[in-house]
Amino acid sequence: MTTETLVKVEHLSRHYGPIVAVNSIAFEVRRGEVLGFLGPNGAGKSTSMQMLTGNLAPSAGRVEICGIDLLDNPKQAKAQIGYLPEQPPLYRELSVDEYLRFCARINRISKEKISAALATAKERCGLKDVGHRLIGNLSKGYQQRVGIAQAIIHMPAVIVLDEPTVGLDPIQIREIRTLIRDLGKEHAVILSTHILPEVQMTCDQVQIIHRGRLVYNDSMSNLNAQTRATSLVLGLQNPPAIHELQNLPLIQRVDDLGNNRWRLTHAVNQQPGAEIARIAAERGWGLCELAPEFKTLEQVFVDITSAEATSATVPVKEQAA
Amino acid sequence: MIFTLAARELRSLFLSPLAWSIIAVVQIILSLLFMIALQDFLVTQQPRLHLYSMPLGVTDFVVVPLYNSASIVLMLVVPLITMRVISEERRSRSLALLFSAPLSMTEIVLGKYLGVVAFFFIMTFIYSLMPISLLLAGSIDLGLFFSILLGALLMVCAFAAIGVFMSSLTNQPTIAAISTFGALLLLWIINMAGNNPGGDDGHFNVLSYLSMLTHYESFSRGIINTADVAYYLLVIITFMVLSVRRLDSDRLQR
Repeated sequence: MTTETLVKVEHLSRHYGPIVAVNSIAFEVRRGEVLGFLGPNGAGKSTSMQMLTGNLAPSAGRVEICGIDLLDNPKQAKAQIGYLPEQPPLYRELSVDEYLRFCARINRISKEKISAALATAKERCGLKDVGHRLIGNLSKGYQQRVGIAQAIIHMPAVIVLDEPTVGLDPIQIREIRTLIRDLGKEHAVILSTHILPEVQMTCDQVQIIHRGRLVYNDSMSNLNAQTRATSLVLGLQNPPAIHELQNLPLIQRVDDLGNNRWRLTHAVNQQPGAEIARIAAERGWGLCELAPEFKTLEQVFVDITSAEATSATVPVKEQAA
Repeated sequence: MIFTLAARELRSLFLSPLAWSIIAVVQIILSLLFMIALQDFLVTQQPRLHLYSMPLGVTDFVVVPLYNSASIVLMLVVPLITMRVISEERRSRSLALLFSAPLSMTEIVLGKYLGVVAFFFIMTFIYSLMPISLLLAGSIDLGLFFSILLGALLMVCAFAAIGVFMSSLTNQPTIAAISTFGALLLLWIINMAGNNPGGDDGHFNVLSYLSMLTHYESFSRGIINTADVAYYLLVIITFMVLSVRRLDSDRLQR
């Protein structure tokens, strides 16, 4: 895997009148990386994506695609970008083949290579059987796939996908995630989403944007480390009085979950499980469930964004991101 | 690249029933007018032709009125075709496809413009078959015919340029249509305001100079005046430049 930097963003900002939608964000994406762009609604995800792809001019800052400045040489830079906006930009009256052929042409693929590019894109997005059908008659999921096919048909170095799995069924979602992983091997992929498991499954690098600012930028493995367990769920058939549970070693708090189940909270980096199992067996509590609870990515996300919310003062445009 | 865009535009037009029905309606109306004019010429004008001191012929009585009516009909029809050219794409958000492709704004605007112009050329060709058919039965003044054909084509190009610009202003096709129609009608009748009594005292009359009608008249007399050709070209270039600027400002600071 090469580590060539394909996307370089410096101090990128965008104002809408007095409203700051994106406030001086900076990051880099290398070849072979999938970058997850996370954020609540209105955080500035879509605005950032639009600026990265030249659909929106930034108020300040620079975007470099494969070392080419997007603002100085838009044509050369855009040739290296494939972009799927939130709403796939489709011509409903054309058939899938006609549409993709047109996309290939405007992305300056030479005539001899168009058929091959078309076949590859359709193959990768599972569109082989619908080539002759009108886009307007396809289901939402297929339209989404046509949108993705459009973004990858010219084999761009950088692929920007804005919420690519919206409207797909679970099987299609899995296929698209696999496709994104595959694409991430040869290209740089930037993926915007608010579906957290998607990020966990597909991304190498995670960024969280909140109120126009980058509040988190780290690798997926580091983020996973933050989801360490800090609690256990305990289920007992012959439960003792609650104070006995409270007196268990290393346990800081006990919450009753009903149905003879409790949540036992402990400090980070401690493993009270084995000890609890031994005590439960000794005292004949009838242990039937003992499972560590992992903090979900969702909670980490909420922690990060809500921590920022209290300190940030930047006004944010209320728009669908 | 421009031609790829134009071809796509033209193809999309013909994939919708709108284009076909417009061609059909225009053709029916114009052939009716053509037949009435021809009938009138054969029954009333032709027997009296020898009375005129200036030799006029079928071209003056049938062909010129046909193109005059066509320009009025096109004024109503052009907005319907050009209205969706940019506004519809903005509305369905498919403009992002063109914006993120390696295309310049000029290419996008010219591609779309040439697409609709090609459509109007096809339409003009179809109704021009009627005067050409007169050649089967006699002769027409080909010089005058080509002059007025050129005038009609230039006019429709100018109409389309205004229509594309109006379409770039909004994301509501109907608003684009009504403003295009308003602009065309205004440019058509603006010379009325210029025709004030005593206005022919050598003063340059701006309002009547701006009128499309004024510039069209010389073509219908068989005169190809560079000033008139330049007028139409200027209208086309102006509105193309404005459309490019308008589309560019979509990306820029608001």
